[in-house]
Amino acid sequence: MDMKVSFGGLSLKNPILTASGTFGYGLEYTRFGELATLGGIVVKGLSLEPRVGNPMPRIAETPSGMLNAIGLQNIGVRNFVEKRLPKLPADQMAVIANLYACSAEEFAELAGYLSEQPGVAALEVNISCPNVSSGGILFGQDPKMAARVTEAVKRRAGDKPVIIKLSPNVTDITEIARAAAGAGADILCLINTLSGMAVDARTRRPRLANVIGGLSGPAIKPVALRCVHQVSRAVDVPIIGVGGIASAEDVLEFILVGAHAIQVGTANFIRPDFVFRLVDELERLCEAYGITSFDEYRGSLRL
Amino acid sequence: MTRFGKEGFDGDFFELVLEHPDPQSPAWRNWKPGQFVMVRPTAWEHNPLWGRPFSIYRADEDGLSVFFQIVGRGTERLAKLEPGDEVTVWGPLGNTFAVREDAPTLILAGGIGLAPFAEYVRRHPHPENLKVVFGHRPPVECYPLAKMAERVSCQSCRETCPADLDDFIALLGRVIPDYCRDGLVLACGPMPFLKTVQRIVAEHGGKAQLSLENRMACGVGACLGCVCDHKEEGPVSVCARGPVFWSDEITF
Repeated sequence: MDMKVSFGGLSLKNPILTASGTFGYGLEYTRFGELATLGGIVVKGLSLEPRVGNPMPRIAETPSGMLNAIGLQNIGVRNFVEKRLPKLPADQMAVIANLYACSAEEFAELAGYLSEQPGVAALEVNISCPNVSSGGILFGQDPKMAARVTEAVKRRAGDKPVIIKLSPNVTDITEIARAAAGAGADILCLINTLSGMAVDARTRRPRLANVIGGLSGPAIKPVALRCVHQVSRAVDVPIIGVGGIASAEDVLEFILVGAHAIQVGTANFIRPDFVFRLVDELERLCEAYGITSFDEYRGSLRL
Repeated sequence: MTRFGKEGFDGDFFELVLEHPDPQSPAWRNWKPGQFVMVRPTAWEHNPLWGRPFSIYRADEDGLSVFFQIVGRGTERLAKLEPGDEVTVWGPLGNTFAVREDAPTLILAGGIGLAPFAEYVRRHPHPENLKVVFGHRPPVECYPLAKMAERVSCQSCRETCPADLDDFIALLGRVIPDYCRDGLVLACGPMPFLKTVQRIVAEHGGKAQLSLENRMACGVGACLGCVCDHKEEGPVSVCARGPVFWSDEITF
């Protein structure tokens, strides 16, 4: 079957992307598979200047999931563009830059710089990170702020599609989705991690130095599916689904509730070649289920 | 997909023997002591979620093995695996210990930190230059020290009370200065042990190679969950930039 998908100004050879923060800058995984087989990768969140992130410990294992409080450690956008981007096969798959900033102005500056980079296929705007004290999730919990950041990025993004990544840590995710869509988002990505914590009953200490972190992995898949389902019915903007995808069956579930593409996150840690194998597995499962077109299958959930 | 066998040592110690994942690949043909693998049984499904990192204890045509102690949920379940169970392994990962054939080399191991040195000792072309000092709490029979002692000089120190720990630190203080400037000092073990080694070598104007342990999710430098503080480079992943660092490169 034809695995290609096109939506929101983005064309992918298949609907499988990697999620930001779970795939480094792409090069970390080249020994486990060919990047060019993927629809694309979303690189580790980039800020204007390099960031060192939060103190250790900053990851904890939970039942069918993990908590992280990395705090957006990254090499900075210029280092990425100069040292990592040229090594990625950007002509064969989409390289999507994930942006993090503390203000709408900074987001716009990042967008302006990245919009001039030919190897970057799209910009994913992180307004939903729970692990940083300024910016991050605050933008994603207030519809006005979400709209302001979206507008600022759109103004400077040139012809690059703008993806707004939403947080599930809100009362009504459709409200934020509408705000971002109204402000011109080309694509919505949902969801980012769920806010959570883990403690040690013996030592009476939190398991993360930051105390609270973001929960990811198969444990959050039902929440992510619900969010994609709700938002796909509320706004007319294409959606990338992410949250706990760990099989080809999971991919189809997200497409069924309305996603145009998906991102694989924590499953990259379960086994490092997972996302590469997923491309073939998805094609086989489509054949087994008699699915011949993603466009036809998308949103065909029987209620 | 990997078949395995296992050999039980005394107590909660096991050698897990796995079918070699890819003996002919360049990475495996050239693997060196100090490198590690991530090990994850298929039957875990999604819980536990992460693989577990282990130093490579041995890797040859007979298989790949890791030596471990039961310390938590993951290692407890690894110890219960049966022959034929499927295990996913990725590696060899990380960097390696230095080898200076003609230099006097002091190997300092704390507990399960002995594991990466089994192959180091076996491969070393001049074993007469090696000395192993091994600190441990469970009986020495739990560890594969006897095999190493056939080849090199080994000194074992068991901690059964706080005074033993003081004696061990005093021993390190006596033995390290002879090696840390003109020879080579290698250490692997718990963090307090490595910090003590770092302090002593610094006091004597020398340095050591320390193999760090840390909680890891991916093992390949992507998740940034296992970083340590590198004096020049800032936070670096222990799995990808290490696990072996010079003692004057890092801050604990």
